Amino acid sequence: MATGQSIVNNLSIRVATINGTGSQSANNLLFKSLFRMGIGVCAKNLFPSNIQGLPTWFQIRVSEQGYQDLREFDDLAVLMNAETAKDDIATMRPGTTIFYNSSIIKFTEDQIKPGMSIYAIPIEELSKGITETKLRHLLKNLFYVGALSHLYEIEIEVMKSVIQDTFKGKQSAIDANVAALQIGIDYAKANFTKTDKFLFKRANCNEGKIIVEGNTASALGAIYGGCTVVAWYPITPSSSLAETCESYMKKLRVDKDGKAKFAVIQAEDELASIGMVLGASWAGARAMTATAGPGISLMHEFIGLAYYSEIPAVIFDVQRVGPSTGLPTRTQQCDIISCALASHGDTKHILLFPASPTECFEMGAEAFDLADRMQTPIFVMTDLDLGMNAWVDNAFEYKAPNFDRGKVLSAEDLNKVKDWGRYLDSDGDGICYRTLPGTDHMKGAYFTRGSGHDEYARYTESPVVYTRNMDRLLKKWHTSKKYLPKPVLKGDINSKVGIIAYGTSDHAVVETMDRLTTTSLKYLRVRAYPFIQEVEEFIKSCDVVYIVEQNRDGQLQQLLEIDLPGIQHKLRPIRYYGGFPLSADIVERELTKHMGR
Amino acid sequence: MSTDTNCNRAGLSKLDYTGKPTTLCKGCGHDSITAGIIQAYYELGVAPHNLAKFSGIGCSSKTPTYFVDRAHGFNTVHGRMPSVATGASVANKKLTIIGVSGDGDTASIGMGQFCHLVRRNVNMVYIIENNGTYGLTKGQFSATADLGSTAKKGPANQFPTIDCCSIAIELGATFVARSFSGDRKQVIALVKAAHAHQGIALLDIISPCVTFNNQEGSTKSYSFVKEHAIPLHELGFVQFQDEITVDMKEGERKEIKLHDGSLLTLRKLDREYDPTDKMKALTAINDSRQKQELITGLLYYSDKGTDLNTLLNTVESPLWALGEKDLDPGPEALKKINASLS
Ligand SMILES: Cc1ncc(C[n+]2csc(CCOP(=O)(O)OP(=O)(O)O)c2C)c(N)n1
Ligand code: SF4
Ligand SMILES: [Mg+2]
Repeated sequence: MATGQSIVNNLSIRVATINGTGSQSANNLLFKSLFRMGIGVCAKNLFPSNIQGLPTWFQIRVSEQGYQDLREFDDLAVLMNAETAKDDIATMRPGTTIFYNSSIIKFTEDQIKPGMSIYAIPIEELSKGITETKLRHLLKNLFYVGALSHLYEIEIEVMKSVIQDTFKGKQSAIDANVAALQIGIDYAKANFTKTDKFLFKRANCNEGKIIVEGNTASALGAIYGGCTVVAWYPITPSSSLAETCESYMKKLRVDKDGKAKFAVIQAEDELASIGMVLGASWAGARAMTATAGPGISLMHEFIGLAYYSEIPAVIFDVQRVGPSTGLPTRTQQCDIISCALASHGDTKHILLFPASPTECFEMGAEAFDLADRMQTPIFVMTDLDLGMNAWVDNAFEYKAPNFDRGKVLSAEDLNKVKDWGRYLDSDGDGICYRTLPGTDHMKGAYFTRGSGHDEYARYTESPVVYTRNMDRLLKKWHTSKKYLPKPVLKGDINSKVGIIAYGTSDHAVVETMDRLTTTSLKYLRVRAYPFIQEVEEFIKSCDVVYIVEQNRDGQLQQLLEIDLPGIQHKLRPIRYYGGFPLSADIVERELTKHMGR
Repeated sequence: MSTDTNCNRAGLSKLDYTGKPTTLCKGCGHDSITAGIIQAYYELGVAPHNLAKFSGIGCSSKTPTYFVDRAHGFNTVHGRMPSVATGASVANKKLTIIGVSGDGDTASIGMGQFCHLVRRNVNMVYIIENNGTYGLTKGQFSATADLGSTAKKGPANQFPTIDCCSIAIELGATFVARSFSGDRKQVIALVKAAHAHQGIALLDIISPCVTFNNQEGSTKSYSFVKEHAIPLHELGFVQFQDEITVDMKEGERKEIKLHDGSLLTLRKLDREYDPTDKMKALTAINDSRQKQELITGLLYYSDKGTDLNTLLNTVESPLWALGEKDLDPGPEALKKINASLS
């Protein structure tokens, strides 16, 4: 084999298949095996809003640095879907390696571009070697994995270990999978002469790392954050967050008598799920819901009630492409304004922007402290890319919990307090003291309402009292800044050219910075809304700031312009909103174009 | 605790069960129901601090402010009180929960949530103060207005009525009653029995709106309801551990033993009625509508239901009271999770 000028551990693969055909587990085998070889790897599933029969692409990117964003172009295309093969090959650059199912796909001379390395594998013919007809269509996906492993040197023992872990103890399944893999390997051995330069080599990128979906991380964050009530309504890409939460709670939150220390309710719609969250939080439990944009829209009325009557709530918004049903299986950062200003009347909310599973875990827990402390809804703004894709990230780190339940008065506390009013700002920070129903005290009760109320929770329509209350709510919102996660600063701190990004856009920006080594740049990753002092100072210290975001209208940029007057002239948009995860290739191209190079 | 000589079993006076002065129209049926609720809770000796009052939006939904001021209350959003009450119930199953709604709040904007509240069998008393109109928005028809009933300023209602009692029975409710705000005694007995029931207890109480739906031609006016109301039985309530002092002879009397051990006694009036027969209850409701009669009393009862908290199999402690010790899965569990993800 050619090794002299081999390209080691630097490769983007695109596997084109049809959804619902079992290709997912074959692709995961490929991904996980590379991970276990210590190779820096990232995987993304680009799937349709459909259960079976439509095209789907799985992309694996291998890089020395373990970047978690994709390249815009792939080096190797595994084409298993006859319907899309023509288009797939047309999007490939000259010089790409093409690996295809020759039983169902035929390419004409003109479709093949110069320099392409072509490997043909007759999957359907080979599948006759599988005697179990029921398993045939599932197992045949392993042929391409076997053949690839031979061509690019993925260790067979590692692959076997992945198969073993996947089918824990089911020996017949393990044997069938290994045998199918071997068919692919044998075919490649006998028929392929390696004509490209790609190669995988054992590396040391993944020490202390795990493979995890953001939704799993968020769910675990909620559990470690002390959440006990989950109310939700199914919607892609958030469903797996609630479902994973429930399945972990069943394992981790049951007492020795088998009694549940949690309640998960699948509500009838999002109006009900947020209503249940508010009821549970009002009664003192830590409660959450998970949804996507359409669900947020339905929740708006209740969110206004929560804001105005000051009820904690944690809302995970796993953003997907809108408006309306939009592209429900594609990613965007498009609910920023809808959440920041959710509801009618003057409302302003608190948002967290996790950029990785680690942060989903940390912020997922932190959100409950914030909600209790601030007595208001907290939005954890993840997205489909983060929530549903498998990420390689640091293993979860345990922090002994110390829940901040905020300002709650018990019956004993009430004995000591001279003058208590539910909406009385006795500490001057805009946050008032609440009591929980069931507090056994003559003066422990109050009435919660979404209509005008005074400091003692009494109904009022007084303009003076209303204004005073609204001003206090604004003060409270500002107070929250001291509890919010700080932004992360990177790059050349003396630079006058800044980049601001948030959430999953981070990965493309970080890689862009790595590439533009000769350009002086600094980068601030915003991790929460409202914007804290550091954000304003960062912008003030720059002549130009590029705002990278995954939406059309520059939603974060708009918030910056509203909240930090006088900075508008410095801001330049870099926006991508096609629905695929953001790539450094796009950010680099746009940035260099803007900077006039 | 009160020093009043007129104390209930909890040592509290009637004042401990009152609320803020009403702001409803003079003569509004809702105020009579409020008075009935106060009397029932006073006589039962319900602990005010343990009561949680919920409502949606409407004149009827304002009433939780007018009773048991010493209880936490929550005036939520229009039609969506059921979900909020559900959340509170699972967060703290020790709370005694009452929800007050209107016919607009329940049967129009809140129909979905009402249905799901019933099918989840949340442990609460749910009262619909049913006046066939939207009081607070000034007299539009509601979905419980009878077909042909006329509005104050307009024509007759052209759409069939929604009967919340039939729907609740269909959806598995095990305590369904209808009453009239003018029948204080019956309202009190029903509130008490509903309180003693485990799971959802629905009271659909016809409660005339004197301002917008009390005119001739309305089937929810005082005079119409008074003329057409037919009590199915005379109700009495004997609280658990109390002596039976109801003024009814054995034999004339049917007893229903409620979850907490209390008894609801039913004395036969003009007709035979068996509230434990589901199909007969549905038929009776349907027939009464055809005949423009308003049958009142306990329409349906069963002791078979399982309430939501029982189904969820949650711990005895309120979920809010669980702290780090109960909720932290610990470092070992996280280690295992990490190991499963590599
Ligand atoms: C989302 C929403 N839509 C409309 C309203 C206006 N609204 C307030 S009360 C009400 C009707 C109340 O009728 P009902 O529940 O029968 O109560 P009643 O006043 O008759 O006791 C309406 C439509 C509202 N508050 N919220
Ligand atoms: S408008 Fe009707 S329902 Fe409202 S308070 Fe007046 S009488 Fe009662
Ligand atoms: Mg009404």
